[in-house]
Amino acid sequence: MQTTDKYLELFQQNREQIGKEDPLFLKELRDAAIKAFQRDGFPGRKEERYKYTHLEPAFDGKLSFDFQPRQIHFDDSEIFSCDVPLLDSNVLTVLNGFFHQNGEGILTKLDNGIIYGGLKEAIAQFPDLVEKYLGKNAPTDDEPFVALNTAFSQDGIFLYVPEGIRMERPIQIINLLLSDKNQMVQHRNLLVLERNAAAQVIICDHTLSPHMFLTNSVTEVYTGENADMDLLRLQNEHNNSCQVTNTWISQDRNSRCQHGTITLHGGIVRNNLRINMEGEGAETSALGLFLTDKMQHVDNYTVIEHSKPHCTSNQYYKGVLDDISTGAFNGKIHVHPDAQKTEAFQTNNNILLSDTAKMQTKPRLEIYADDVKCSHGATVGQIDEEALFYLQSRGIPKEESRLMLMDAFTWDVISKIKQLSLQVRITDLVSKRLRGELSRCNNCAMHCEH
Amino acid sequence: MLEIKDLKVSIEDKEILKGINLSVKAGEVHAIMGPNGSGKSTLASALAGRDYFNITNGKILYEGKDLTELSPEDRAREGIFLGFQYPVEIPGVSMVNFLRTAINSMRKYREQDPLPAGEFLKLMREKKKIVEIDSDLTNRSVNEGFSGGEKKKNEIFQMALLEPKLAILDETDSGLDIDALRIVSNGVNKLRSPENATIIITHYQRLLDYIVPDVVHVLYKGRIVKSGDKSLARELEEHGYDWIKQEVDAND
Ligand SMILES: Nc1ncnc2c1ncn2[C@@H]1O[C@H](COP(=O)(O)OP(=O)(O)OP(=O)(O)O)[C@@H](O)[C@H]1O
Ligand SMILES: [Mg+2]
Repeated sequence: MQTTDKYLELFQQNREQIGKEDPLFLKELRDAAIKAFQRDGFPGRKEERYKYTHLEPAFDGKLSFDFQPRQIHFDDSEIFSCDVPLLDSNVLTVLNGFFHQNGEGILTKLDNGIIYGGLKEAIAQFPDLVEKYLGKNAPTDDEPFVALNTAFSQDGIFLYVPEGIRMERPIQIINLLLSDKNQMVQHRNLLVLERNAAAQVIICDHTLSPHMFLTNSVTEVYTGENADMDLLRLQNEHNNSCQVTNTWISQDRNSRCQHGTITLHGGIVRNNLRINMEGEGAETSALGLFLTDKMQHVDNYTVIEHSKPHCTSNQYYKGVLDDISTGAFNGKIHVHPDAQKTEAFQTNNNILLSDTAKMQTKPRLEIYADDVKCSHGATVGQIDEEALFYLQSRGIPKEESRLMLMDAFTWDVISKIKQLSLQVRITDLVSKRLRGELSRCNNCAMHCEH
Repeated sequence: MLEIKDLKVSIEDKEILKGINLSVKAGEVHAIMGPNGSGKSTLASALAGRDYFNITNGKILYEGKDLTELSPEDRAREGIFLGFQYPVEIPGVSMVNFLRTAINSMRKYREQDPLPAGEFLKLMREKKKIVEIDSDLTNRSVNEGFSGGEKKKNEIFQMALLEPKLAILDETDSGLDIDALRIVSNGVNKLRSPENATIIITHYQRLLDYIVPDVVHVLYKGRIVKSGDKSLARELEEHGYDWIKQEVDAND
């Protein structure tokens, strides 16, 4: 049987169980999504968008999928605490794709109107609010993995920040994968910032047991007029994992958004990022940094839609590849006909540390307006031998000199992260990763060998 | 201190140094002059351990040891310093981090503990005075955006911090204004001692008015074709290299 058919069957056979308590709009959304998926199926080898990352085999494996949250007993404060020093955040845990209550309630509603917690609970308590946004940004007919997720996902994180409210404490979403068998997970985050609102969200992806994990997640983000969204994803899964992330962001007038993807570890990682600037004067910056070794593979696929005039976008992506690892960057800037005065920049720089690592980089500019400033640059190179010699000639050992240059290379991206405490934390994690130390969070007691 | 015997160096089958003989004793200052492309920087790099050269013949002995067996970092730790003709910019590596790492690597080699932060800063302040280097420069990335002259001063600043036994200064005077030239020369002179030696590569007699050499060599087409005292530099300043070139080329 074709992989696509397997998933169609899985859906039909469990239709009763999936979203049992769904309101009508969600039932319809799922049905539309599965239809779209049936039509499109998994992208084939010839599909341009997935040229460098063929995902079907990963989805074809023998994987269990939970339709209900499984009761796994573990004391997360004891075995796991993903602390970001100095960062006082609201921690929300997602375990194998389902909201996992630890401490805070399933859904917290503050006096000022902020709502955060489990998405499933939010659908139950605030169906009208969720309906307004869910699936609007991440359309199912555009991307088969979004369609698949829309059909199957049942839970994840919901954040709502009402007009004029600027959240002080960041939200930290910790996705934990912990199972006794090979596991597929599909979860969904919905983050909504109304006019003049501000929020900072950090998503951390972790594997806690050595099983094969396959994750297909969707994060939908709405950035209202003049709102500030700061979203950073830290991927730290083991080599036996496969992760597809789909981040669909819309930005209203004069809003500002910073999105970052830091990939420290992972087997196969594909990050789809789409930012749609739907209002004039919006600003966005997309940062990316990945570090790969062994057989790891990381593919960042970005699309920046400049739909309206006077918007600015900056993309900085960097990669460091060792051993026989592979990477890809595909960055599209799409300037629509009436998006005059667009400023769009993109750089993608990569360093290969071995002769066998491979990087594919491809900028794509589609510009249909005439009064725009766009630029892009991509490099794939080795470490700068001149600089290396300079450092060595001052008595610094070769290996240490190399690491200093790597730190400098990665700092270029890290330094653009707005929050200082996060900068410090990520600098530390990246530096440990470059030095071959496992960069799990400091307080994690799980000594994963993968 | 340094004994170079019949040194031949090539890059990709092209022979650049064709048999260099040079002997430098502690306490001496040697000047190496010569037309563009004659191999001066190649010699300097070979001494510092740049590895894209092939040493096809000869020996380099430094304090009696075979230098070619040492890595560039160990040469530095043994007291060799190269002031680069073109110091490379290293964005993202801060001067302070770079200098601290360098000093502590040297100390580690000598089995000394790392320098405490306070003492390091004090040392920096002290040495900055010698080259009258702008404070601002040490807050930046290594050489990034430095002007030509600032880069050269930075080389001398590093030399002052690292206190080498054998300093090789490759055209440290080019691109310096008159004041900077004086400052840099003073810096070099201050570091002169009976235990140390300096090799100065230059195109200009002017520097040698400030730093008076014991021996002047002319390098041409990969060979030292003439050596003499400081008056040789003056002669070259007046007459150029043509007379030497003619002598050499006639014998070829
Ligand atoms: N990396 C390289 N690859 C090929 N040729 C090189 C390389 N480096 C130097 N050369 C050649 O070696 C020769 C000597 O160069 P070198 O830089 O040593 O000259 P120099 O005497 O320092 O000249 P200048 O006075 O201009 O600084 C030149 O012909 C140069 O082109
Ligand atoms: Mg030269």
